[in-house]
Amino acid sequence: MISYDSVQELADKATKKGKPISALVLADQALQMERSQQDLIEEMNKSLQVMAEAASKGINSGSKSASGLSGGDALKMKQAIHAGQSLGGMVLSETLAKALAIAEVNACMGRIVAAPTAGSCGIIPALLLTLKEAYDLTEAQVVMSLFTAAGLGMVIAKKASISGAEGGCQAECGSAAAMAAAAAVELMGGTPQMCAHACAIALKSVLGLVCDPVAGLVEVPCVKRNASGAANALIAAEMALAGIESVIPVDEVIAAMKDIGDAMPKTLKETAEGGLADTPTAKKMAREIFR
Amino acid sequence: MNVFDIIGPIMVGPSSSHTAGAVRIGKIARAVSGGQPAMVTIELYGSFAQTYKGHGTDKAIIAGLLGMAPDDERIKDSLELARDLGMAFKFKKSGNKAVHPNTALIAAVDSQGKKTIVQGSSVGGGRIVVNRINEINVKFNGEYYTLLVPHHDTPGMIAAVTNLLADQGINIAEMNMYRSQRGGEAMMVIETDQAINEELVSLIEAVNSVKKAVLIKPIY
Repeated sequence: MISYDSVQELADKATKKGKPISALVLADQALQMERSQQDLIEEMNKSLQVMAEAASKGINSGSKSASGLSGGDALKMKQAIHAGQSLGGMVLSETLAKALAIAEVNACMGRIVAAPTAGSCGIIPALLLTLKEAYDLTEAQVVMSLFTAAGLGMVIAKKASISGAEGGCQAECGSAAAMAAAAAVELMGGTPQMCAHACAIALKSVLGLVCDPVAGLVEVPCVKRNASGAANALIAAEMALAGIESVIPVDEVIAAMKDIGDAMPKTLKETAEGGLADTPTAKKMAREIFR
Repeated sequence: MNVFDIIGPIMVGPSSSHTAGAVRIGKIARAVSGGQPAMVTIELYGSFAQTYKGHGTDKAIIAGLLGMAPDDERIKDSLELARDLGMAFKFKKSGNKAVHPNTALIAAVDSQGKKTIVQGSSVGGGRIVVNRINEINVKFNGEYYTLLVPHHDTPGMIAAVTNLLADQGINIAEMNMYRSQRGGEAMMVIETDQAINEELVSLIEAVNSVKKAVLIKPIY
């Protein structure tokens, strides 16, 4: 049985066995849940389908949310790609478009997969689905990489937090980016140790990020933070695959994230009382929405 | 916690803690009060109180009380549905500090006037913790088959109830006893690995000093 107390321990176990992290997590979870591995793969595949549906629904919709605060950005991104205006290359632009699309579907009370939360639901699928298309990967490979993302997410949830109300946006979009980065590394053939470094690198980049949603809605800045979270995951994976290592070990980064979350004032933890939510524009918008 | 708590649930947005978790708290309140209440008062704490309108937390709790699951696309219309189905509701914002920033206290009254109180917190990713049933502080997450057994605090109660579970080969994953005072009202909360059927619930209810047995099926 795996205790999910340490990402490093997971990576070390996988290294020792010569297997990817996903294989360990899948075997362990099947045991713990008293279900067959095939059964768990099928359930995860169902989530992947919902993710893909949300991405394609969101990218073409262009419709605004009920509050009017968000919507239509995924479509703009798609149009820019079609017009050949990609600055960072197709993988990056497609990743951004999908992240915006899924986050916009979420804001419209549409169906998504919390990964690990609804507020951060666009990050993991955006990167993994884009890599699948760009590198002709199979659905089965992407499903397996989701077990790696989930295994690392369980450690983060247990040792720190995945809730914006508890740990700020670093705990939501930060955790999602860390999980996505590790999954992407595995998907692209990296080692378990590289996965651990990618997880650490992504999380380090957003330590201290506060949760300050305008009018308390999961829209501004959340939709665009899904895009930047997915980009963060991509660059962390790219660095880790190049052999770049995190100087601070991954579990210490997670512990630091918890400490920072605990020290964060309540006004910056999803209460819509501080940060961007407390700007003149945000307050004006909130008044108009709830009038 | 398992992998599907982290990659999952499949749900209707916009917030796993403020929408999906809230549906689940409502659903547990429905199970504990024995069906759809006639009237509910919902007190919201912390971030729930600050942002419930924006996150649809009100719609989510009402949807749960109506028996909907977190991926039900009717959640956004639940307030109208409740009115159609004859469930009256009222929301209050509490200024008090709660056990957790995302907490709701649901007071449900049935058609006979019987009141049930359920307090739950949404702890992230759609997962919840129920921390109060009526006057007793408890702690369970609704991920297992959960039996609530309110009873009078007398010797032998645990043995009597757990023997019935053992007879049917049901393994207890976690179990806790809570009481208001010695010899007073007490409650067993038993979480099991296997499914519990209604017949077993009746057998437990027939045990001396047991007031009632409430079965909550896994809400995921």
